[in-house]
Amino acid sequence: MQPIQLVFLFAAALILWAAFMMVTRSNLVHAALFLIVALFGVAVFFVLLEAGFLAVLQVLVYIGAIAILMIFAVMLTRGDVIEEEIVNRGFGWALMLAALFCFGLIILVGQWPGVNEAAPRIVESRDLIQELGVQMFAPEGYVLPVEVASVLLLGAIIGALVVARPQKKEK
Amino acid sequence: MNFWENPIGFIGEAIADLMRSLHIGPEVINFVITLLSVVVVASFGLLLVIFLIWLERKVAARFQDRIGPNRAGPYGLLQTFADMVKLITKEDSIPEKADKLSFNIAPILSVVAVLLIWAVVPFAPAWIGTDLNVGVLYIAAVGSFGILSILMAGWSSNNKYALLGAFRAVAQLISYEVPMLITLLVPVLLARSMGMNDMVRDQSTWFIVLAPLAGIIFLVSSIAEIGRTPFDLIEAESEIVAGYHTEYTGMKFGLFFAAEFLHAFTVGVLFALLFLGGWRGPGAEQYQLLGVFYLMAKASIGYFIVMWVRSTLPRIRIDHMLALNWKFLTPASLAILIITAILEKAYGETSARIPALLIGNLAVVLVSWLVLRAASRKTKRERVTFKKRPVAKPA
Repeated sequence: MQPIQLVFLFAAALILWAAFMMVTRSNLVHAALFLIVALFGVAVFFVLLEAGFLAVLQVLVYIGAIAILMIFAVMLTRGDVIEEEIVNRGFGWALMLAALFCFGLIILVGQWPGVNEAAPRIVESRDLIQELGVQMFAPEGYVLPVEVASVLLLGAIIGALVVARPQKKEK
Repeated sequence: MNFWENPIGFIGEAIADLMRSLHIGPEVINFVITLLSVVVVASFGLLLVIFLIWLERKVAARFQDRIGPNRAGPYGLLQTFADMVKLITKEDSIPEKADKLSFNIAPILSVVAVLLIWAVVPFAPAWIGTDLNVGVLYIAAVGSFGILSILMAGWSSNNKYALLGAFRAVAQLISYEVPMLITLLVPVLLARSMGMNDMVRDQSTWFIVLAPLAGIIFLVSSIAEIGRTPFDLIEAESEIVAGYHTEYTGMKFGLFFAAEFLHAFTVGVLFALLFLGGWRGPGAEQYQLLGVFYLMAKASIGYFIVMWVRSTLPRIRIDHMLALNWKFLTPASLAILIITAILEKAYGETSARIPALLIGNLAVVLVSWLVLRAASRKTKRERVTFKKRPVAKPA
């Protein structure tokens, strides 16, 4: 067995364990922390697939922004986050849905012809990132979806500012 | 391979040869060598801290007209070792209602977050942990682990001052990440690459000449990211005891302490890499050790500025801290980014590159100075000195 396979197995076990711990914790902050561990495991997967850019973005966006905001929100909004019992028990439905998605994905991926072939080695990753940038911002590439997404985000920022703006005092 | 030209590469080759003679597979050899280099880089960082703490105490003492540590060893060099022994032998207390797991992981995470940055630092042309093609982005990404560690420490301590410190930390660190990341993009634009080694190789003229303002804003927002005076609201001892590490004792506190010192020096290293030409210098391409020497010498400049600011300026008020970031640093860094992008596109390949970029920077300075002057005239400040106040008089 090659060392890289050991790393893969370790990361896979870590993700499964963290995901299981996340959904079973009654303490919300603990659940958020385990979510971070699981997301970090996914970043390790990206590194193993030689997708360094995606790995870094995974850490930056999901751990750096979303997970920290989630913890912050949980800590600010509820005085007592440590609850003895789990409030809503929807294990049955969630398990069924998850199993459905999982089998669906396995069937879909199984139909793809390249599933049993070894991944081609990426020769020069330096050009890849330039290629990504050109594809995203070239007129014949994906510039329209990128711009639409950025306008949407800008709208969200302005909306948040309007909501957070202090109301003028009544005279 | 000559030993003196690349000692670490020489030793690495020797170890690889030894393992090859023992018939170990190339995959395993690669793995072991990688593991060894991780250990070397991390240990170098952690050993450096011991020296840095002594250095900072000595320099801070000079700023305050004192001598500083001078008892243990020559020039007090062994002082930090004595402190280490003290910290390790201290009682390790955990609050009864603390969240044990997060409480214990947080200090480790804070050191790891800083050490992770060193993985992409090119010490010399051939000495770099891993030459990621997204090095700059990586630095931004691992910074979030530092924020996470402070949040975990503050929340798990189950102490209101610790939690207040953590809230302040998140407000401050996330805010100052914005101008820091925007100014990080300026060297990326100039070097046309996000890889750290490419960036150093591209600096035949140092980027501090091409983008002086971006360098200054990067340094200021980095000081805020470390949480040092004047931005030490996270652990403001006159307001919230000791902030997020109020409940920590012994070596767990020591880890937060070490992480802060290492982070301060790392900021110096990043400043040297991005703006002062990294390992560039006469003979660095051939003799790797010279490259390390140049990088460390340049990093000391940034580190000295951080220490200088720390021992000179008082703590900034929290609303001023946020106003400085959102009303000044962020718009200024955005303006610099746009101006640099336009000028670099227009004059990047010509000989007018340096003067054009310098004039662009000057224009930003001029405009922001005018705006600041207009703003300062508008705001009314209460003059406290001329007010009549009750004074105790002899009867």
